[in-house]
Amino acid sequence: MSTETHETGGATGYIVHHLTPLSSGEGFWTLHLDTLFFSISVGGFFLFWFYKAACNSTSGVPGGLQNFVEMIVEFVDTQVKDSFHGRSALIAPLALTIFLWVFLMNFMDLFPVDLLPMLGSAMGLGYLRVVPSTDLNATFAMSISVFILIIFYSVKIKGAIGFGKELLFQPFGPWLLPFNLLLKVVEEVAKPISLGLRLFGNLYAGELIFILIALLPWWIQPLLSFPWAVFHILIITLQAFIFMVLTIVYLSLAHEDH
Amino acid sequence: MSINLTLIGQMITFMLLVWFTMKYIWPPLMDSLEERKKKIAEGLSAAERGRHDMERAEKRATDLLKDAKNQAAEIVNLAQKRASEIVEESKHDAKTEGARLLAAAQADIEHQVQQVKDGLRQQVSELAISAAEQILQKEVDRKAHAEMIKSVAARLDKA
Repeated sequence: MSTETHETGGATGYIVHHLTPLSSGEGFWTLHLDTLFFSISVGGFFLFWFYKAACNSTSGVPGGLQNFVEMIVEFVDTQVKDSFHGRSALIAPLALTIFLWVFLMNFMDLFPVDLLPMLGSAMGLGYLRVVPSTDLNATFAMSISVFILIIFYSVKIKGAIGFGKELLFQPFGPWLLPFNLLLKVVEEVAKPISLGLRLFGNLYAGELIFILIALLPWWIQPLLSFPWAVFHILIITLQAFIFMVLTIVYLSLAHEDH
Repeated sequence: MSINLTLIGQMITFMLLVWFTMKYIWPPLMDSLEERKKKIAEGLSAAERGRHDMERAEKRATDLLKDAKNQAAEIVNLAQKRASEIVEESKHDAKTEGARLLAAAQADIEHQVQQVKDGLRQQVSELAISAAEQILQKEVDRKAHAEMIKSVAARLDKA
C-alpha cells in the first residue's frame, strides 16, 4: 500500500491515508511506529492498572479497582480451568494478557476515526493508524508467539520423538506417512494463520466501515456510526475473547498426550 | 500491508507483557483470591459450628428445664404426702391422748367413789354404834358389845 500515491484527493485518498501506517525504514526493516506506539501504550495501560491492583490486593474486602480486576482475572481463570487441565504457571497469565491487550488494541477502534490522526498531523505526523490490531504485524506477532509456545509445549510434554511420531503416524497410521505429515503440518500452521487473520480481518473491516461512514454527509454520520460503534463494542470484546480461548485450547491440545 | 520488522517489535512487546503479567500481576491476585476463598470458607464453617453449638445448648437447656420441673413436682408430691401423714399421725395421737385422759378421769372418779363409800360406811357404823350405845347404855357391857359391832362393821365392809 505504501507504493501508492497518497496525494490523490477524494474518497480513495482519504481512505488510503487513514490506512497507511506511520513508518520508518525500508523494505523488511520498516517499523510501523504508530502500531508499536499504541500497542505499547495500551499494554502499559493494562499493566499499570493491574499492577496497581495486584500491589494493593488484599484478601479482605476488595475496593473498586480490585473488584474489577478480580472479576476479569476470575473470568479468565474460569476459561483456562474449563479447557486446560494440566498445571502451568504460564497459560493463565498468558490468556489474561492476550485478552486485555487485544481488547485494548481493538478498543482504539472506538475513537473517532479522524481525532487522533488530526492531532497527529498537528504535531507534524503525516500518517497515523491508531488501531494496532488492523496491522497484520501486531496480530501475527501474537499468533506466531502462540505458535512457538504450541511447538515448545508439544516437544516438552511429548518429547521430540513423541511429537515427531504424532506428526508422522497420526491420524492414519504409519502406512500413509507422507499424507499424515502433510495433514499435521497444515493443521498446525493453520492455527497461527487463522488466529492472526481472524483478528486482523475483523478489525480492518470494522475500521474501514468507520472510515466509509466518515465519508458520508455529516448529518447521516451519527445515524450510522453510532449503531456500528455499539455493535463494535461487542465485536472487539468477542474477538479478544476468541483469541484468548483459542490460545488456551491450542495450548491444552499441545499438552495432551495421545 | 506488509510483514516487516514491526512483527519482531510486537513479539518482543508481547513477550514482555506476558512476562510481567506472569511475574507480578497474576500470582498476587490469585493469592489474595485464594486467601479470601479460604477466609470465607472458614467463616462459613465457624458460623455452622456456632449454629450447631447453639442448638446443642438449647437442647441442654430444655432438658434441664424438664428435669427441674420433674424434680419440683416430685418434691411437691412428697411434701403433700408428708403433710397428710403428719395430719394422720396427729389425729391418731389426739385419739390416744383422749382415751388416756378419759381412762384417768374414770379411775379418778372410781377412786373418789370408793373414798366416799368408805367415809359413808364409817359414818354409818359410827351412827349405828352410837345408836346402839344409847339403846343399850345400861344393860350391856360396853366391852362385850363392841366386839359384836365390830364384826357387823366388818360385814358391812364386805357389802
